Amino acid sequence: MKQRLFEIKSNEQIAKNVYRMQLGGDTTGILPGQFVNIRVEGQFLRRPISVCNINNGVLTIIYKVVGVGTEAMSHLPIGTQLDVLTVLGNGYDLSKAGDSPLLVGGGVGVPPMYMLARQLREAGKTVRVILGFNTKDEVFYEEEFCALGCDVTVTTVDGSHGVKGFVTNALDGKQSYYYTCGPLPMIKALLQAAGTNGEVSMEERMGCGFGACMGCTIQTTQGPKRVCKEGPVFPASELIL
Amino acid sequence: MNNKLQISLSGITLANPIIPASGTYGFGDEFAELYDINCLGGISFKGTTREARYGNPLPRIAECGNYGMINAVGLQNPGVEHVIAHELPRLKSHYNGCIVANVSGFSVQDYVETCAMLDKEPIDILEVNISCPNVHNGGMAFGTSPEAAAEVTAAVKAVTTKPVYMKLSPNVTDIVAIAKACEAAGADGLCLINTVLGMRIDIRRRRPVIANRYGGYSGAGIFPLALRMVNQVARATSLPIIGCGGVSSAEDVIEMMMAGATAVEIGAANLTNPMVAKEIIDRLPTLMDELKIEKLTDIIGIVNHE
Repeated sequence: MKQRLFEIKSNEQIAKNVYRMQLGGDTTGILPGQFVNIRVEGQFLRRPISVCNINNGVLTIIYKVVGVGTEAMSHLPIGTQLDVLTVLGNGYDLSKAGDSPLLVGGGVGVPPMYMLARQLREAGKTVRVILGFNTKDEVFYEEEFCALGCDVTVTTVDGSHGVKGFVTNALDGKQSYYYTCGPLPMIKALLQAAGTNGEVSMEERMGCGFGACMGCTIQTTQGPKRVCKEGPVFPASELIL
Repeated sequence: MNNKLQISLSGITLANPIIPASGTYGFGDEFAELYDINCLGGISFKGTTREARYGNPLPRIAECGNYGMINAVGLQNPGVEHVIAHELPRLKSHYNGCIVANVSGFSVQDYVETCAMLDKEPIDILEVNISCPNVHNGGMAFGTSPEAAAEVTAAVKAVTTKPVYMKLSPNVTDIVAIAKACEAAGADGLCLINTVLGMRIDIRRRRPVIANRYGGYSGAGIFPLALRMVNQVARATSLPIIGCGGVSSAEDVIEMMMAGATAVEIGAANLTNPMVAKEIIDRLPTLMDELKIEKLTDIIGIVNHE
């Protein structure tokens, strides 16, 4: 964990209720699948947000406005200094990817897939990506994943864009391993359809976000584990869903 | 070491009065990544029970505006044997200050066995938690009646030579009666307050935010309540008090001590600003100069003097 000041370089809406914020500051040590915990003026608890990308001292996060904290974040102007805890959580294990990994992101579970996809592409992997959303208005980052050279499929529940249905409707079973992040019903369906040869980033309501309060501990086959510290990424085989 | 900040609890000298409160600091590992935790007067480690506990179902955390949070963790811990075998030696290997062992239980026998085991270990103070609002059939049940509080106090005192500090609940009609009962039963000191029983409702889903329905409210919002109770107890007993509840700044520390606290625990503030305990310790000497306080021991309970 590090505590650093970051400066907002951009903060713009990219889909329905979804914003992208670019922050300038010390991004060293951040791994794909890790998260940052941001102090927002007027809120007691920090806001844990997964890392979408890091590039030359710029940290990109994508967040959905779901309550007062993220609402306040969406109004922060360029130049605002933010108190951020970084290098939080464990991140994805890239060594398990095999030759043709599958990345599955649902809604605001899509952002952490981006940095992972980039690094897997840089390592020469054939990367297939499935991005699931409810409807066309919510879709983001399809082009960005394509630009990395990934084979991208978008699904929408209402069929207004891409394949109609859920991410599981786009599975072909050819992956060497999978990585995923998304809402719990999606995770459950994915594990049922694709088995446990993969890893999952879990989301929980957190207190501190760095392992001190035990607020986000889940039960796993390996005993209680803190989502913020031993996670957020867990081998699919360890999850009790 | 700055002698101006030095205080003493039951004959144990602390370099300063600042102690991270149990349950907000684990065993210090996460904070040691950010600063040298040896600056702390003491550390009250994660509430420990006889057996390992997972705690309550999720969600266990709810926010309360800018003023605090509710937790219903429910004493998740690996059990006293694991703490003695692993966590305590690790803490001891990199921390030289006062170690406060926070203990909870579900029966008098639980408290006795856990405290008896810790009595043989390199800990300095036993902080007996009779005030956890997040567990049933235990915890707070012992802290809401003077008789039960006295029973736990006496039973623990009988099996240990360590100073015994009873951690009191604010969720009572008369905290002074409980404090006096602990004093009469032989307590060496008191720690107050634990969290205040609270609730939040998710108005969109029409259900409590916390899976366990209620939880312990902590953070800056409870500071005036904690301060009032510390003051009431300080005026009614002669035991040393560790003041706790919503402390977030060096100013709050001075206020707690003026109310009657000898040492001060920092709780929820550690979770939102992990540097807060160190920042407070660094700021205290300057603030003391501003307030013309020569040494902290001069101001303990100063508002209670005629």
